[in-house]
Amino acid sequence: MEQSEQNTAPGLKAIPESATRQPQVQMPEPAAIRDAEQTAGLPAEAGVPIFEMKDVSIYYGSFRAVTNVSLTIYEHQITAFIGPSGCGKTTVLRTLNRMNDLIPGARVEGEVSYRGEQLYGKDVSPIAVRRRIGMVFQKPNPFPKSIYDNVAYGPRINGERNKKKLDEIVERSLRQAALWDEVKNRLGTSGLSLSGGQAQRLCIARTLAVEPDVVLMDEPASALDPIATGAIEDLMKEIKDRYTIVIVTHNMQQATRVSDRTAFYSVLVNPQSDTRTGTLVEYAPTDRLFGDPQDDRTKAYVTGRMG
Amino acid sequence: MSTVARADQATPAGSARALSERRPLGDRGFQVLALACGLLVLVILVLIAVTTSQQASSWFTTEGWKIFANNWNPGANQYGALAFIYGTAITAVIALVMAVPVSLGIALLLTEVVPYRWSRPIVYVIDLLAVVPSVVWGLWGILVFAPWLQHIYTDIASGVKGVPVLDSLFGQPVSGASFFTAGIILAFMITPIVTSLSREVIATVPAIDREGAYALGATRWEMIRGAVLPHSQGGIVGAVLLGLGRAMGETIAVALVIGSSPVITSHLFAPGYNMPAVIANQFGEAFGLSRAALMGIGVLLFVFTIIINVLARGIVERNARRKRGA
Amino acid sequence: MAVVTAEPQLPDLREAKGWRRTKNRIMTILMVVSFILVIIPLGFVLFTVIAKGASIISWSFLTGGPIASTVAPAGVGGMGPAVLGTIEITALATVMAVPLGILGAVYLNEYGGKNWLAALIGFMSDVMTGVPSIIMGLFIFTIWVLHFGLSGLAGAFALGCLMLPIVIRSSYEMLRLVPNALREGSYALGATKARVTVTVVLPAAIGGIVSGSLLAVARAAGETAPLLFCIGAASEANKNVFSGANTALPSQIFANANQPYVGAQDRGWGAALTLIALCFILMIAARLVTARFARYSR
Repeated sequence: MEQSEQNTAPGLKAIPESATRQPQVQMPEPAAIRDAEQTAGLPAEAGVPIFEMKDVSIYYGSFRAVTNVSLTIYEHQITAFIGPSGCGKTTVLRTLNRMNDLIPGARVEGEVSYRGEQLYGKDVSPIAVRRRIGMVFQKPNPFPKSIYDNVAYGPRINGERNKKKLDEIVERSLRQAALWDEVKNRLGTSGLSLSGGQAQRLCIARTLAVEPDVVLMDEPASALDPIATGAIEDLMKEIKDRYTIVIVTHNMQQATRVSDRTAFYSVLVNPQSDTRTGTLVEYAPTDRLFGDPQDDRTKAYVTGRMG
Repeated sequence: MSTVARADQATPAGSARALSERRPLGDRGFQVLALACGLLVLVILVLIAVTTSQQASSWFTTEGWKIFANNWNPGANQYGALAFIYGTAITAVIALVMAVPVSLGIALLLTEVVPYRWSRPIVYVIDLLAVVPSVVWGLWGILVFAPWLQHIYTDIASGVKGVPVLDSLFGQPVSGASFFTAGIILAFMITPIVTSLSREVIATVPAIDREGAYALGATRWEMIRGAVLPHSQGGIVGAVLLGLGRAMGETIAVALVIGSSPVITSHLFAPGYNMPAVIANQFGEAFGLSRAALMGIGVLLFVFTIIINVLARGIVERNARRKRGA
Repeated sequence: MAVVTAEPQLPDLREAKGWRRTKNRIMTILMVVSFILVIIPLGFVLFTVIAKGASIISWSFLTGGPIASTVAPAGVGGMGPAVLGTIEITALATVMAVPLGILGAVYLNEYGGKNWLAALIGFMSDVMTGVPSIIMGLFIFTIWVLHFGLSGLAGAFALGCLMLPIVIRSSYEMLRLVPNALREGSYALGATKARVTVTVVLPAAIGGIVSGSLLAVARAAGETAPLLFCIGAASEANKNVFSGANTALPSQIFANANQPYVGAQDRGWGAALTLIALCFILMIAARLVTARFARYSR
């Protein structure tokens, strides 16, 4: 088999060294790692591409936090980002709904497109982006308002004033988040009075209330106990045929349980400047990534030797 | 590359169109409004400086450097303000000499000695002290405190009669309404702010330093001497300066108890005057040059307090930054 | 054979002996003494004000008018005009200074970040809290009273200048405490920055902001110097805060303090008691608001 040099940007040393990959059909791109499936020549999954990232690098000021990310995320699938801490998976996730804009000095290079339109185009409004691409955070962050007002917040800022419609939206969203039965009699109580798992489901309901196209989840269950985690995972599988979900998780079993495709990220260390930069290593349907990882680093991670 | 645009705006999902909405007008307007409110502070400060100096200009031009002469006599058209500057300085010094040790003592009491549960009532008392209006201090001062102090002053004065230094400080003339009385009342009034700021500063001393001193077998006071005070020196200086600024500017209480007598004297128990007090007492009926003079005294007061406050805040800020960065 | 074993010396674990211990004790006592030194005058003032003022306080004193002349004995007239004046002038000042102060704090925390202008504004705002209040009075006298005459409005401007930096500082501290996670949650739903601030950040900080503002109001209500040259000295109640001379409790206290007449002094004590009661009520309200909202946001 052809031993191709591990593709790295100049100056960066990969851990571990060299990798063995399947022969690529097209000319090897010097600085990109392609979607394994496409390069292997297999038919692409039937599905509408929602996000396409090409050669994306993310900088904080002059520090390159993430490099060389290229992948496609498909509609109505759950895509998981996994990898050791510091590998940039959350940074990449936040790029998808332009939350990195909130960090001064953050910059994205390369192409990120959403349903064909450039996400970082000149005229694009981050507000409009976030109305279509919602996010659930690692630590539940309900507003210090009532449960009802938490869920109604999104529709209200989008202009919905009709009380009846709001009631419908609140109930629908809480049902989708599997929280309705537990709170339907106390919608007026504070969102802060919920337990961790409930609060997270409230945040999910809040996100679903604006009927986004995509739901991004940043380690949504890492702050929760196993039972609450199970509830969140069931929820994800329930709603995926209405939304597209991208989830960052440090829990590999969770990725195998819920996701259709998985992207594995890792860290590149620059010995001179002693900086760590994240990069996408491998991206494949979940069964294939875990069952037959192509890259040595992936193999090391999923079999537990690293991370 | 564009996807088919859905005309239906009610469903934002599923269409990439209309990702480009310009930043809503309200958002921009809000930012501008907030900025304007912030700038208001700077605008007001500049306006104060400009307009009051303008009003006082005739005093500055007429008197020139004689504004620092000690000859305040509006009847004879003399407007030297040295007596008031002296009075401001003296009363502030008296106030600091009394207030700083007391405030430090309370601050240390709260941070080092008293368990948390008991600290709340003590803080409430300090807050109560802070809430008493200046004019009430003045009322009580002139009607109750000053007459009582007069007896004490008289006794002290007869006691130090003839003694070289003490007589010139504490000897006759004495009056209930005097520099010293004003100083005492100022001390009461600036204690809360010096205490609370010192407390903040002392609280930033890391526990590790305290523990290090204790681990060497130090008593509590030795720990304070060795670990707390060196660390908080800078901040405490800042707190003291803030107290100084406050003492210089307090008007009404001083106006009532200082004695309203523009003289420069070493006798602390004698009646005197200071800058804010003369403005408060005489501005209402002044006109022409004397009004300009009083306004000018106000300008001087403004400048002095701004300088002291900038110094004070600068020191406190630098101390805090060093703590964070260290 | 008898073995004599020496008793092992027990380590001496008692307190540090002698001078060190004494010094420590003395210092602790000094600290307690300083606290007592503070309680005593406070107690005296409160006691005197209550004792001397209580006798003159009555409903007619608080609401009746007009304000008696200085030579009149106690019981004539009332402080109604002054009470009204204090309430309307302080309220007007609050309505002006609090929203502006909150918005200024919003600029500092939400928009200004670390830039030089925000740092300068924050710094000078703190400096401004140290400017003597009489300067504010002189300032408003110069730019307003000289052109438009004495009025409650002028007094309100002067008090507003006094309150503004206090409200800015306390609101800023409250806004800083709002966790970023709340802002992010709102952004992620597609809110603009103004929306995030108004619908999530301000409500989360509202308890502390209200409490800080109440303390600023208490401070303003007790101030005399800014009013000296701005409101004049009305003896009749003036319902129109925007024009015409007015009066306020602190002004009345000041005017009466200098009088030798017992009646005037009594009125002074009564007004002082009223004023202190007002300030205390505001302070207690501030504490209650803090306590209640601390529970809510836990």
